Amino acid sequence: MIKIDLIIESLPALLDGAKLSLLISLCSVCVGVTLGIIVASGRLSKIGIFRAISGAYVAFLRGTPMIVQIFVVHFGLVEFGLVLPALVSGIIALSLNSGAYMGEIFRGGIQSIEEGQTQAGLSLGLTNFQVFRYIVFPQAFRRVIPSMGNEMVTLTKDSSLVNFIGVAELTYRATLIAARKYQYFTMYVGIAIVYFVITYTLAWLLGKLERRLGPHDTDSESGKGLRKQLRSERRFDLS
Amino acid sequence: MNLEKAFGSNCVLKGVSTSVKPGEVMVLIGASGSGKSTLLRCINLLEEPNGGQIYIDGVEVTAKGVVKHQIRRETGMVFQQFNLFPHKRAIDNITLAPIKVRGMEKEEAEDLAMDLLAKVGLDDRAYAWPHQLSGGQQQRVAIARALAMQPKVMLFDEVTSALDPGMTGEVLGVMQELAADGMTMVVVTHEMGFAREAGDKVVFMHDGIIVEEGAPHVMFSDPQHHATQEFLSKVL
Repeated sequence: MIKIDLIIESLPALLDGAKLSLLISLCSVCVGVTLGIIVASGRLSKIGIFRAISGAYVAFLRGTPMIVQIFVVHFGLVEFGLVLPALVSGIIALSLNSGAYMGEIFRGGIQSIEEGQTQAGLSLGLTNFQVFRYIVFPQAFRRVIPSMGNEMVTLTKDSSLVNFIGVAELTYRATLIAARKYQYFTMYVGIAIVYFVITYTLAWLLGKLERRLGPHDTDSESGKGLRKQLRSERRFDLS
Repeated sequence: MNLEKAFGSNCVLKGVSTSVKPGEVMVLIGASGSGKSTLLRCINLLEEPNGGQIYIDGVEVTAKGVVKHQIRRETGMVFQQFNLFPHKRAIDNITLAPIKVRGMEKEEAEDLAMDLLAKVGLDDRAYAWPHQLSGGQQQRVAIARALAMQPKVMLFDEVTSALDPGMTGEVLGVMQELAADGMTMVVVTHEMGFAREAGDKVVFMHDGIIVEEGAPHVMFSDPQHHATQEFLSKVL
């Protein structure tokens, strides 16, 4: 049975752990998204060597278990004199892993934008980079929000894996308390609920972002748009 | 403006040479696959010619080391599928290039955009999203967008082919006004009425070569070549 009093008693420790889990997830998502954009650019590059490097990166990080990647970064790199704090190792491994998945998500999004958009941009005299920055990427980004949200949720859950290298995040704390009190069921169900609250909140926030960024797909008007509309009407009255 | 091109072994365009003077409207006609669109897309380097030269206002755009995006500033293009940027409102579609390429201030670019929208009869739709506009309206915004870069020549690639007949008229009307204003235009179209009325010069292409060119009234009433006669008998 679930012992509510035990959960309440361990709450400070669990919340500390949850904070760390959130920190790890947040850092990994940010680095992962940045890496993902770089990887996608590499995969779509005209230059063969960039394509090869990013292709190999994606293949390797998608094709090996996350826990092994965490161990390689934390324990493996010690042999090369690189001794990292567990928290840093965890964030690096998770970021690298996420970068591969995000890369594939962005690649799909970018490739889904019609060629005509690029041609229209180029025909106006924009550079290749400007076309990507102002035309292709903003549209691709809107399209990949659902898949990106999936990856973020996955990453948040996978942050629990870093407990194996001794990062005192949520799962680690729960395991310690459970072992001490011999209350495994209570503690693990307890943190399952905490993870669920975190991921559910994340999904809700992403849903909001999707609706906010998607005004061109629906008839909804963002606040910015409405202000502009009003300004245009004023200008119209003057003329 | 002086525009010449000659292709060596390119299979789509097999040695094409022509020119259009400033303020002239050149209309390219011919069957699908005759190379009209390819020719048009070579002018702003969306397609790279395998050989030959193109000059715009005396500048060779096909020269080695030429910066493509600088050349493209001087040419405006309108596409069959409009290709408006769906994530930007009509006015922002128009101001993007003047701001990012010409370095224009936002206010100034918006004034310019409003003038151009008025010109194409859409100043009341400035803040509409592309999906809220009809095909004809989208195409008129696309024309305004290309004009905002104050190009030396406007290229039109079958701009009415994706429109239903009712909307074709409004787009052709804008193009006719533009021609009357003295804009240099190269127009690929199947609209023979437009070719006849607005064209200064009609060029008939067949199998990657220019078979015949001349003033519209001559071309339509007295085509010299067999291929031209055959094509015109089908479309007129």
